[in-house]
Amino acid sequence: MAKAAPTFRARPRTLLHGFMMSDIAALEAELLSAVAAASDEAALENLRIAALGKQGSVSALLKTLGSMTPEERKEKGPLINGLRDRVTTALAEKRSGLKDAALDARLAAERVDVTLPVRPSDNARGRIHPISQVIDELTTIFADMGFAVAEGPDVETDFYNFTALNFPVGHPAREMHDTFFFNPDETGERKLLRTHTSPVQIRTMTAQKPPIRVIIPGRTYRCDSDQTHTPMFHQVEGLVIDKGSHLGHLKWILEEFCKAFFEVADVKMRFRPSFFPFTEPSVEVDIQCSRKGGEIRFGEGEDWLEILGCGMVHPNVIRNCGLDPDEYQGFAWGMGIDRIAMLKYGMPDLRPFFEADMRWMAHYGFRPLDLPTLAGGLSA
Amino acid sequence: MKFTLSWLKDHLDTTTSLDEIVDALTRVGLEVEGVEDPAKALAPYVTAHVISAEQHPNADRLRVCMVDTGDGKPIQVVCGAPNARTGMKSVFSPPGTFIPGKNITIGVGVVRGVESAGMLCSAYELGLSDDHEGIIDLPADAPVGLRYVDYADLDDPMIDVAVTPNRPDALGIRGIARDLAAAGLGTLKPDAATAPVPGKGECPVSVTLDFAVDDKHLCPAFALRLVRGVKNGPSPLWLQRRLKAIGLRPINALVDITNYVTFDRGRPLHVFDLKKVEGGLVVRRAKDGEEVLALDGRTYRLESGTVVIVDGKGVESIAGIMGGEHSGCDETTTDVLIESALWDALNIARSGRSLGINTDARYRFERGVDPAFTLPGIELATRMVLDLCGGEPTGTHVAGAVPHPSKTIAFPFAEVKRLTGIDVPEAEMRATLEALGFAVQGTGSTVEVKVPTWRPDVEGKADLVEEIVRIAGIDRVTSTPFMRDPQTVAAPVLTLIQKRTRLAKRALAARGLMEAITWSFIGKAEAEHFGGGKPELALANPIASDLSDMRPSLLPGLIKAAQRNADRGFGDAALFEVGQVFAGAAPEDQTISATAVRRAFARPEGSGRFWGEAAEPADVFDAKADAFALLEALGVPTGGLQIVPGGPAWFHPGRSATLQFGPKVVIGAFGEIHPRTLEALDAKGPIVAAEIILDRLPPPKAKPTKVKPKLVLSDFQPVERDFAFVVDEAVAAQDVLKAAQAAERTLVTDVVVFDVYRGTGVPEGKKSVAIAVTLQPVEKTLTDAEIEAVGGRIVAEVSKKTGATLRG
Repeated sequence: MAKAAPTFRARPRTLLHGFMMSDIAALEAELLSAVAAASDEAALENLRIAALGKQGSVSALLKTLGSMTPEERKEKGPLINGLRDRVTTALAEKRSGLKDAALDARLAAERVDVTLPVRPSDNARGRIHPISQVIDELTTIFADMGFAVAEGPDVETDFYNFTALNFPVGHPAREMHDTFFFNPDETGERKLLRTHTSPVQIRTMTAQKPPIRVIIPGRTYRCDSDQTHTPMFHQVEGLVIDKGSHLGHLKWILEEFCKAFFEVADVKMRFRPSFFPFTEPSVEVDIQCSRKGGEIRFGEGEDWLEILGCGMVHPNVIRNCGLDPDEYQGFAWGMGIDRIAMLKYGMPDLRPFFEADMRWMAHYGFRPLDLPTLAGGLSA
Repeated sequence: MKFTLSWLKDHLDTTTSLDEIVDALTRVGLEVEGVEDPAKALAPYVTAHVISAEQHPNADRLRVCMVDTGDGKPIQVVCGAPNARTGMKSVFSPPGTFIPGKNITIGVGVVRGVESAGMLCSAYELGLSDDHEGIIDLPADAPVGLRYVDYADLDDPMIDVAVTPNRPDALGIRGIARDLAAAGLGTLKPDAATAPVPGKGECPVSVTLDFAVDDKHLCPAFALRLVRGVKNGPSPLWLQRRLKAIGLRPINALVDITNYVTFDRGRPLHVFDLKKVEGGLVVRRAKDGEEVLALDGRTYRLESGTVVIVDGKGVESIAGIMGGEHSGCDETTTDVLIESALWDALNIARSGRSLGINTDARYRFERGVDPAFTLPGIELATRMVLDLCGGEPTGTHVAGAVPHPSKTIAFPFAEVKRLTGIDVPEAEMRATLEALGFAVQGTGSTVEVKVPTWRPDVEGKADLVEEIVRIAGIDRVTSTPFMRDPQTVAAPVLTLIQKRTRLAKRALAARGLMEAITWSFIGKAEAEHFGGGKPELALANPIASDLSDMRPSLLPGLIKAAQRNADRGFGDAALFEVGQVFAGAAPEDQTISATAVRRAFARPEGSGRFWGEAAEPADVFDAKADAFALLEALGVPTGGLQIVPGGPAWFHPGRSATLQFGPKVVIGAFGEIHPRTLEALDAKGPIVAAEIILDRLPPPKAKPTKVKPKLVLSDFQPVERDFAFVVDEAVAAQDVLKAAQAAERTLVTDVVVFDVYRGTGVPEGKKSVAIAVTLQPVEKTLTDAEIEAVGGRIVAEVSKKTGATLRG
């Protein structure tokens, strides 16, 4: 079509004032059909110049308006201006149409296979260990009740781990702890790996004045290893010392904790007398559960499951921390973090907790941003 | 602690059911661990008459028996027992019965072509004894068709309770009965069996307590009595049954009596055969290296810490732990010496532990035997010997003196409410204490409570509170709301290091790393390799040689974990741990390390091969990115952080760095793990790692308010200019960046390296470092001339600091 353009350029020169209305109509028909036939933007631009450029056919007609009489102009003006408007519109519409077609053609050529996988691959997803997750859950629950988190060293002295906690030297209760010892140092003192988180009770009571409300999560150690015991495990302990807290308050706290942790509306609890050197009276706590097909569920059923040990802090322990047991009183409780994690999330074995098998972590681990909150529910 | 219901009823007058007793035991703190009711297991077995026992037509060793089980219709049973014979009485199990000894359920079958329904049983098959020589041979007068449990008087449930270490009194059945009586399950029967048995003459064997003054506590009292003319042999069936029911093997009447008293009263005794004892008995510390052949048939080498009983020939018994083989009683014993002694709990515990001997006697002595029962114990044993074996007793010789501890506690009844919140009526508290053997003196709100001699654990008010509430029912504790202390409502509960520990885990997990928890202890060689292995951090009793030393770093555990995953076929392991590391044994030497490792293709953007680009293993910059992402997540400003080339020895020297704030505060390191380290850990690389010690990170600047500083935004567009410098290979990119920044402190807001090039156009031994500098005008738009001038200063400064030339 491009070669037809010179024809239009030549035509206007032959037109004079005396042109006929039929000439205008013919020109319009000719121009519009050329626009419609234009195949690209370059051809369209040539057409625009041939019609509306300085030397263009329509421009030439427009120029004739200036030398017309008012009557002539009144008659021919609308015809010529109308021609210009319609050609301009046609050109704009055609241009926009051509642009769309060009974009569509480009996009069609740019197709990719959107089913190709993105990164990261499935086995590269970060996970939080269930122990960390459960510690975060515990912290959240107890923070809401006003408990701070206290911590202490893993390498402990006999005093903090046993003596201050009212374990008499040589007492069978001490032997039941299967303690890891270090070699004696030059002074003959033999340190040990804490067998429970309870030494932090002593460290807290000697460092801080009552009222005290803390939970104490951490690693603990006993030289014991079989299907259900690992030489390293995790405990969480709670301690309250003030001037009036008693077993009734302890029961309320434990009930609130069990409801919040196991995420059940209600949980029945059973207290049984027991023995721990550092509490008196000492209590073991069972919670109501059902066992169906190997699965333990809380907040329902007729069965009982032992979950923790607790009691009123022994007067000797309070005294050992420099406080008067007739003035101050309180309670403590302790339980296995690994165990409650296994119970809540249905993990059958303890040993894989410490084997760093990525398949286990991918299955039992938690997403990085699943930070337990009271607002959003503890577990995602 | 095991006992049977009938045995309990020797001491407890009760009509309550087994179930109620079991519930009550757990309720008062004697947790029931198991109940075995033979009546249930043996219910189907009946006494039967073997009408005929004929040779099996097809098997030499089998007999075809016609058995009458009492319902008149003989049953045909094929029996392989050698003692099966016509006319005998035995025990029959009908088809469908579970046979405990064989762990099968018997049915109707055909044995070698002859039908057989059910079976005739041995004691072994019933799970009653080891005897599987033949079927049970009942006396000829045994009735037919009776339940065997009724015939054999086996309808006696066994109860197993867990006794906590503070309750030595519950290691005797009478103590358990006392608790149940106090809890309202019946009444404790009067104790007639311990009344003194008159003896004739003195015990002819002398006893000398040969101890230094400081050692007298090792044996405060030793009572000995002789019974002459006894006839020893198997003990009567009722006694054998009880001992068997609690898992003891009957031996002979004299030995069985000592075991019986041990369980009946928590009072261990010992018996010597007089004819095997030479001269008098001496009680003393063992001599180092002295040996004794004990009743378990083993020879023990003794140390002076252990107390022994010696006669003219040598050591005859390890005090309070185990008797000697030489002087033990057997069927030939005619004159028996009965010993009831008191031993020091601590010493028995230590000796028992060092000898590795666990006996019922040791178990009781180390928890505390009632001193006041020393003589009643010997009376009880004497009475039983006379009853079962006959004979004539002498008087009792007591060496030392039986102590009678007398402890009194001033007890305000209000203490129960104070510690437990439970309202227990005063009368109930008083009654409970008295039922448990405490004497309550006084009438006011505070009373004097005398502790019975069998309760060494009760020392103060809190112990009495426990006694009262465990009997009242500790389940009476009612839940009492315990609200948050109003003063602490807005206070954060986590310390900075606790918050950072939490955040570090989430930040690393968000980078595609999986959280591992590895052992706090590692092997010695590994610990040494990572700068640890100090003697004060070595365990004296490790559980395994590769778990012997506290870890100085998380890397050995993580690298080995990564390798284990690789060995399972998952080579692209990205693992982290945030946990304690140990530089020494003091509390302050324990710090929290956050450590990440990446193996093979486990890169931050995703592990393994990817269709979009060529696979490259994780490199030092991935580790560096982990370190910096962690610092960013923890809000630690990295402006003043120095990256000093070269990390600790376990890193590749050329591909690692130490991170520090100034020369002293080293916060960690990152890099590729040294090939020799990998070799030492039996791991294959490449593995890269980043370690940050969270405790060493600077705390955020203390700010007076939570309000953030005012945000100032420039109205003028920033300008970016690129420069390519040619520098020596040894020049650190960081120095180029620092110099560019320093050239124009106010205008330059950012400098980044966008290319490092070696090759054509760059001389050998040099590299081109291309940087992009961002200039942020503050007051007005910069003119070309001003930008040009700044560029000049940058080039000058970089050249001055690094010897760089602008690349042409």
